[in-house]
Amino acid sequence: MAEPYQRQSALAHLGLAARAAADREKSDAGVQLGERAFPGQLNLRGDPGNEEFMDAASGTVDCVLPTVPNTSAGEDDLEEGPRVLWLAPVEWLIVTAAGAEEALAGELVAAAAGCGGSVTDVSDARTVIVLQGPNARDVLMKGCPLDLHPDVFRPGHCAQSLLARAAVILYRRADEADGSASFEIHVTRSFADYLWVWLEDAAGEYGVQVIEV
Amino acid sequence: MLLITCPWCGPRDEIEFSCGGEAHITRPSEPEALTDEAWADYLFNRTNPKGPHAERWVHTHGCRRWFNVLRNTATNEILAVYEMGKPRPDGEGS
Ligand SMILES: [Zn+2]
Repeated sequence: MAEPYQRQSALAHLGLAARAAADREKSDAGVQLGERAFPGQLNLRGDPGNEEFMDAASGTVDCVLPTVPNTSAGEDDLEEGPRVLWLAPVEWLIVTAAGAEEALAGELVAAAAGCGGSVTDVSDARTVIVLQGPNARDVLMKGCPLDLHPDVFRPGHCAQSLLARAAVILYRRADEADGSASFEIHVTRSFADYLWVWLEDAAGEYGVQVIEV
Repeated sequence: MLLITCPWCGPRDEIEFSCGGEAHITRPSEPEALTDEAWADYLFNRTNPKGPHAERWVHTHGCRRWFNVLRNTATNEILAVYEMGKPRPDGEGS
C-alpha cells in the first residue's frame, strides 16, 4: 500500500467532496453518484471442494464463501464486517471497509495458505463508484448487457461484466429507505475517470446529485 | 449478437466472451516423429464446416473460464455448451 499521505483516490481530481457539498440540498435528482474511495479489496483463490480451505477461509471472513455464481455473502454494510463476492468457481473478491484489508489479508494468509489458498491485496487496482436512486437501474441499462431486472439481479447479487465497454464488478446493495436500488461499481483505476464521465452523461436526463460516500 | 450460456455465470452477452477457435485439437505427443505435412496440418488446417462446429470460448469479462461451445456456423444457433475435456456431445468429428 502507498504511504497514506501520498495516497489519492482514483477520482480525487474531480473534487467530488466540494460538488457533494454544493449538491446537498438537491432533492429531485433521479440518480445519486459518489466515489467510495480506498475500498479494501482482497482477491482470494482456493478450491471450494477442499473442506479444510473452505472452513479456514470462511472462519476468517465470518461468513461461508459463496459457491453459487453471481451471489455474495457477508455484510452489506462494510462497517459491520467484510463482504465476499463470487468471481469464479475458484475465486472470490473480499471487500472491506477502508483500511481493514491489511489485517484481514494477514489473517487469511495464516489460515488458508496452508490448504491451497492464495490471497492478493488488490485494493489499489479498482475504485468503487456508488450509483443509487430511482433511476439508477435505467442508467446501468444504457451500457450494461446484464439482465438487471429487479427480480433477477437482486440485492446481494454481483456480476462481472462490461459497463460502457469498461470491465466492472457490479454489486447490488440493500435497497435505499425509499425503496430505490443501490449499486456499487468496482472499476479499474485507469477506467474510473472515463466511467464517471460516462455515468454523469448517461444519468443527466434524470438529474444527478453527487453524494459523499 | 449471441447469447452464450457460460457454464458457471449463466446466459451472458457475446461481448463478454472471446472465441479461441476450433476445439478438440490435440497437440501431437511426438512432434519430432511427424512429417512436415502432418505438423502443418496440426498447426494450420481447420475444418471450417457449414453447420455444427465445436469451438472454445472464454468468459473474458466474467469468470475467465474456458469451455466448449457447439455452434451452427450457418444459423449461429448454439446447440450445446460443455466443459473442457468433455467429448463433443453430438459424437461428430474429432
Ligand atoms: Zn462465466
